[in-house]
Amino acid sequence: MTQISIRQDEGAPLDAVLLYIFTGVGAFAALLAAAFTQDPLFRFHAYVFLAAFVMGAAGMTAGVAYGRFKPDPGRYSDGVIRAGVIATMFWAVVAMLVGVVIAAQLSWPNLLYFPEAGWLNFGRLRPLHTSGVIFAFGGNALIATSFWVVQRTCRARLAGGVAPWFVFWGYQLFIVLAATGYLAGITQSKEYAEPEWYVDLWLAVVWVAYLLVFLGTIWKRKEPHIYVANWFYLAFIITIAILHIVNNMALPVGLLNHRSYSVYAGVQDALVQWWYGHNAVGFFLTAGFLGMMYYFVPKRAERPVYSYRLSIVHFWSLIFIYIWAGPHHLHYTALPQWTQTLGATFSIMLWMPSWGGMINGLMTLSGAWDKLRTDPVIRMMVVALAFYGMSTFEGPLMSLREVNALSHYTDWTIGHVHSGALGWVGFISFGAVYCMVPWLWKKDRLYSNQLVEWHFWIATTGILLYIAAMWVSGIMEGLMWREYTPQGFLANSFVETVAAKHIENIIRTLGGLMYLSGAVIMSYNLWRTVRMPGHEAQPQGASSLPAFVAAE
Amino acid sequence: MWKKHANFERHSLWMIIGIVIVVSIGGLVEISPLFYLESTIEKVEGVRPYTPLELEGRDIYVREGCYVCHSQMIRPLRDEVERYGHYSLAAESMYDHPFQWGSKRTGPDLARVGGKYSDGWHRDHLTDPRSVVPESVMPPYAFLRDKDLDYRDMQAKLTAMTRVGVPYTQDQIDHAVDDLEAQADPFDSRATALKKRYGAKIAQRDFDGDPGRLTEMDALIAYLQMLGGLVDFRTYHAESPENQR
Repeated sequence: MTQISIRQDEGAPLDAVLLYIFTGVGAFAALLAAAFTQDPLFRFHAYVFLAAFVMGAAGMTAGVAYGRFKPDPGRYSDGVIRAGVIATMFWAVVAMLVGVVIAAQLSWPNLLYFPEAGWLNFGRLRPLHTSGVIFAFGGNALIATSFWVVQRTCRARLAGGVAPWFVFWGYQLFIVLAATGYLAGITQSKEYAEPEWYVDLWLAVVWVAYLLVFLGTIWKRKEPHIYVANWFYLAFIITIAILHIVNNMALPVGLLNHRSYSVYAGVQDALVQWWYGHNAVGFFLTAGFLGMMYYFVPKRAERPVYSYRLSIVHFWSLIFIYIWAGPHHLHYTALPQWTQTLGATFSIMLWMPSWGGMINGLMTLSGAWDKLRTDPVIRMMVVALAFYGMSTFEGPLMSLREVNALSHYTDWTIGHVHSGALGWVGFISFGAVYCMVPWLWKKDRLYSNQLVEWHFWIATTGILLYIAAMWVSGIMEGLMWREYTPQGFLANSFVETVAAKHIENIIRTLGGLMYLSGAVIMSYNLWRTVRMPGHEAQPQGASSLPAFVAAE
Repeated sequence: MWKKHANFERHSLWMIIGIVIVVSIGGLVEISPLFYLESTIEKVEGVRPYTPLELEGRDIYVREGCYVCHSQMIRPLRDEVERYGHYSLAAESMYDHPFQWGSKRTGPDLARVGGKYSDGWHRDHLTDPRSVVPESVMPPYAFLRDKDLDYRDMQAKLTAMTRVGVPYTQDQIDHAVDDLEAQADPFDSRATALKKRYGAKIAQRDFDGDPGRLTEMDALIAYLQMLGGLVDFRTYHAESPENQR
C-alpha cells in the first residue's frame, strides 16, 4: 500500500499521503487481529475495522488519483459539513426508530420479542438508542455545526487539510463499531459509555484530531476575538475528552480480547461513571448545543446576542458548576452522604447559569418576536430554549434528596431526559440544520415552509405526549412502590406497578412515533431542498459573523 | 473588569487553560477522596471475589444489558428494605469492575435476588418470562440454554481482575477452569478444592437443569443466586463510628 501511495502522490498534499498510509497500515493491522484472535466478537469487530480501512484506502486512492485533496485556502471547506448534515439526519432517523421499537417492546412484549434472537432484546437495543441519539445524531450535529460556526466566526478555512474528513469518517466508524457492538453484546455496561476499550481508544484518536482541527482553525482566525459560540464548543470538546478518558480507564482481558474490566470498582466506579454521565449531559448535550444556539439563533433572528456580560458569567459558572452535579444520580446509595449533599447543592446552583443561557437566547429575539409567527424554523429554536429552561428547572428539583427518593429508578427520569433530548437537543439541532441546508447547497430557501410547520407541530405534540405519559407513570410507580396498606404491609407487588404502566407506555410509543415522523418529514423536505434548482449568488461567507454587540 | 475577559477571548491558550482548570475542580474534590478515605467502604465480613462461574455469569449479565432495567442498589428507605432486604453496602460491590448499581427499575432490584427463587424458576423465567409472570415486559433469554459457555479466557479474566485490584490468589488463577467446571456439576471431584478456595458457602450444582452441558444459562443463574448473600450482617453495625459516613 505504501508503495502505491508513493507512486500516486505526485502533487498530493502530505496530510493526504499520511492518511493514505494510515488507512493501509490500519487495514493490515485489522487483518492480523482478525487472523490471530480467538475471540469471535473481537474478530467480528476486526473485520469491521478492516472493511472501514479498506474502504478508506479505496476512497483515498480515488481522491489522490483525481487530485481531490488540493487545498483551496480562498474558500471555506463546506464539503465535510454537507456530509455531516446528511449523517446527522440519517442517524436521527435510525436512532429514533430504535427508540420507538424499544418503547413498543415495553408496550407489547408478546409481539416484539423473539426468544432465539437475543440481539433484538431490549437490553441490547436500548444502548443502541441512547448512544445513537446522543453520539450519532447529536455528535454529528455538533461536529457539522461547529465546523460551520468556527469557519464563519473566525473567517478562516478549516485547518488540517484532509483532517476534517478523517474526523468525520473516523467518527462514523466509531458509531458503527459502537452500534454493531451493542447488538453483538460487546459492552462494558457503563451507561452512555458502553463501547469497549478498543472503540474507546479509536474515539480518543478521532476526538484529539477534532480538537486540533477546531483549535487550528481558531489559531488561523482573522477576527481578533474568539466568538462566544466557540467558547462553548471548545469547552465541550476539551471536557468530553477528559471525561471520556478518565471514565473509560479499563484493563483489557487480552490484547485480542473484546472484554475489559474497569480499573475502578463499586462505589468509586459509580461516582466516576455518574461524574461522566451527568457531564455527558452537561458538556455534550448542553455546552455544545449552547454553542450551536449562540450562532444560529442570532443569525436567524438577525439580532445581536442579548447580553455579552451574561454570556461571560453564565459560560464560566455553567462549566464550573456542572462538573459537581454527578452525585445526584446516586442519592441514598452506598455513596458517602457528603458527596451526595455536594452534588445536590451544586445541582440547585446549576439552575441559574442554565437559565442564564436560556434568557440570553430568548432575549436575543427582542425586536424580532414577530418572526415567531412567520418563520417556523426560529419558532423551533425558541421552543428548544423553552424546553431547555423547563428541563433545567426540573433537573435541580429532581436532584433534591426528598424528590429523588420518589423519582429515582422510575420513568420520571426517562421523561426528564426526553424533555431535554427531544425538546432542547433535537429542536435546536433541527433548527440549525434547517438554517444550514439552504446555505450549504446554495439555495435561497427551504423547499417547503409548510412542511416545517408540520414537522414542528407533530414533533411538539409528540414531546408533550411523551413527557406527560412519563410524568404520570413515573410518579405513579414511585408512589405505588412505597404504598402501604392500613395494616402496615406493602400494598403492591412489583409486577403490579409494571402492569399499571401499560397505557402510559403506549402513549409514550405514540409520542415517540410522532417525533420520528417529524424527523422523516424533515429529511424529505431537506432532500427536496437539495434537489431544487440552485442560486449561485449567496450572501453567505465572510460577512456571516453575527453582530457580537450587547443590546443593552 | 469585563475588559479583562478579553484575555480569554483573544488568546485561545488562556481559554483552554481556563476551561481545564474550571472543569477539573469539582471532579477532584468529589472523586479523589473516595480513593483514600477509609470510611468510604464499610468493614464487614464475608465479601469475596466471584468464583469463575459467577464471573462468567456476571459477564453475561453485562453483555445482555440487564443493568438497563435492573438496579443492584437497595436504598435505606422503609419500603425498599421491606421489599428487597437489607440496604446495600459499599462493601458489597467492592470487587465489581465495573459496578452494576443501575439507574432504572423497569424490573425489580436484584441486589439480593440470590436464594429468593429456585434455579428452576430462574430457568423458566429467563426462557419465557411471561410463563411465570404474565404481566412481565422482560425479554426472553431462551438462547442462553442452547449456548455452551465459552470459558477459554477464564484465566486471563482472573488475571486482569487481579491487576485492577481484586485479590485472587495464584492458586485461584491456576485452577480457574477446574473451579468453573466443578461448580456447575454436583458430583465433580474437584468440589472440595473449589470450596477451599472460595468458601464452604458457595453453591455447587447443576444450575440450568441440563446436567450434560455447561451453558451460559448455568453461569447466569449461578451469578443471580449468589447476589446479595455474601455479607454476614451479624458483623455489620450501622451505628458504629467507622460506619458513619
